[in-house]
Amino acid sequence: MAVIQARAVITGTGAGRVLRLAQALSFWGDVDPYTGKLTNPRQTWHGTSIAGRVLVLPELRGSSSGSAVMLELLAGGHAPAALVLGRIDAIIGLGILVAREMGWPTIPLLELPVDRHERLVDGAEASVSVEGAITV
Amino acid sequence: MLHLTADDRSLLDGAQGAATAMAMRILVGTAEMLGADKLIDIASVHVDGCLYHGDSGTLFAEKLVNAGGQVRVPTTLNVGALDLVHGDRVKVTPARYDMIRRMMAAYQKLGCQPSWTCAPYQAGHRPAQGQDVAWGESNAIAFCNSVLGARTDRYGDFLDICAALTGRAPHTGFHKPENRRARIVVDASGLPAALTAEDSFYPVLGTWLGATCGATVAAIDGLPGPISEDRLKAVGAAGASAGAVGLFHIVGVTPEAPSLAAALAGHAPEQTIRLTPAMLRQARDRLSTGATVAGQPIDAVAIGSPHLSEAEFDALRDLLRGRQVAVPFYACTGRHAMTAIERSGTRVVLDAAGIIVIADTCVVVTPIMKPGGGLLMTNSGKFAHYAPGTVGYDVVYGSMADCVESAVAGRLAREESLWR
Repeated sequence: MAVIQARAVITGTGAGRVLRLAQALSFWGDVDPYTGKLTNPRQTWHGTSIAGRVLVLPELRGSSSGSAVMLELLAGGHAPAALVLGRIDAIIGLGILVAREMGWPTIPLLELPVDRHERLVDGAEASVSVEGAITV
Repeated sequence: MLHLTADDRSLLDGAQGAATAMAMRILVGTAEMLGADKLIDIASVHVDGCLYHGDSGTLFAEKLVNAGGQVRVPTTLNVGALDLVHGDRVKVTPARYDMIRRMMAAYQKLGCQPSWTCAPYQAGHRPAQGQDVAWGESNAIAFCNSVLGARTDRYGDFLDICAALTGRAPHTGFHKPENRRARIVVDASGLPAALTAEDSFYPVLGTWLGATCGATVAAIDGLPGPISEDRLKAVGAAGASAGAVGLFHIVGVTPEAPSLAAALAGHAPEQTIRLTPAMLRQARDRLSTGATVAGQPIDAVAIGSPHLSEAEFDALRDLLRGRQVAVPFYACTGRHAMTAIERSGTRVVLDAAGIIVIADTCVVVTPIMKPGGGLLMTNSGKFAHYAPGTVGYDVVYGSMADCVESAVAGRLAREESLWR
């Protein structure tokens, strides 16, 4: 077991299997808001669902509608269990803040530099604490 | 560290009601994530969050309505997911139709103007140079910053309405003068005049810019001016879809670039790129995903991303010369231009030619086109970028004249000589 300390940008707890993507992702266009499935055929992980996973990514890119997709994922119960980003993205965080205002379940948003993602092995069980500690 | 004023705190405490307090909490949370030092007053807002991506967005807008929300600054609305003028254009289930309709109604109840256009800057929403605003929709952001010289950063959906309800926005990104100067110089002086004289050059220029410079601000030098606003909107829209272009300068044309030195704000460029026809050819090729064999059948044509202006409709009418189109030909616009072409008589001519005018929305954001895919032709860099993913059609890029000739024949006809 290992504990990795990340910066908790939006606090919360969550647990699930790690889904580590090497490429940047755009929530609008790459993620189906109604299922959580990755829909972009150019992505290696095309067809995989991010629902319930501890999603680890270098960064997000693309559309400013990412916040709307995140909100719909949270509202429908198809969001990841936690989101760990190499570089923080305010657009996706905004979707989580709005969900909180709506009284819907939210997820922790963590910042962890990419060079420390290595220990978050794809498929491993992981849990996130309120303080931003990731246990794998 | 985010510093809030006494007024900001009173909004947070509910002095202006529950909806404003909720908007302020979202705004403050986002400003903290962005690392903003303060919030600033904004003069106007363009809301992109009114496009339906699921019921959650409808419920959010209705929560603000039920809590008594009213915008504090003039606010326009981007496209919705319905054509409210032509009721049968959008093909969705009755349940979804109802949720979209509710969302559009909620934004109007919040006091937003029902402009339903991605070209608000051609519908009378024109902030002054140097003014801080909060605009959504990538092409509108690029136009606002670059062509109007007003200042907006690129925010996510929902922050726009929160800015409108509070009159405040995070002080980050393009609100700060130091982030507006050009870092890259693009020397376009070597391009043939015949190329830069063509409408179809500008979306290609934007595509190249987005793919090459992304979010880094560039100054394009050596393009003959003046350049029409329709051409500038095409540069921004293509740039913002091929890359994260939020601001570009064209020396001698855009307001913050009266000279190259002004665009660079006295600094040396970090990089200079000499633009060649070959680079543009490559960018043009990238806009087409389908085979570009002359004479092959096409299934549809879509233009109007960003929404067509009255001048663009007039150009379409003149290119048609009374002929009929042989494939579905969608022309997307807002009511500002639709009303103008109805008044001028152009609409009747276009209807007779078989042109399908779409208002309030567009074909890549909501189901309008026949499902099942096929080959779509467009003169829009933005449609070319998004249509394969959102409507499942292959695309071929061409000029408006190419689109008209192909639509009349039902087969691909492109003028290639400029690009050889």
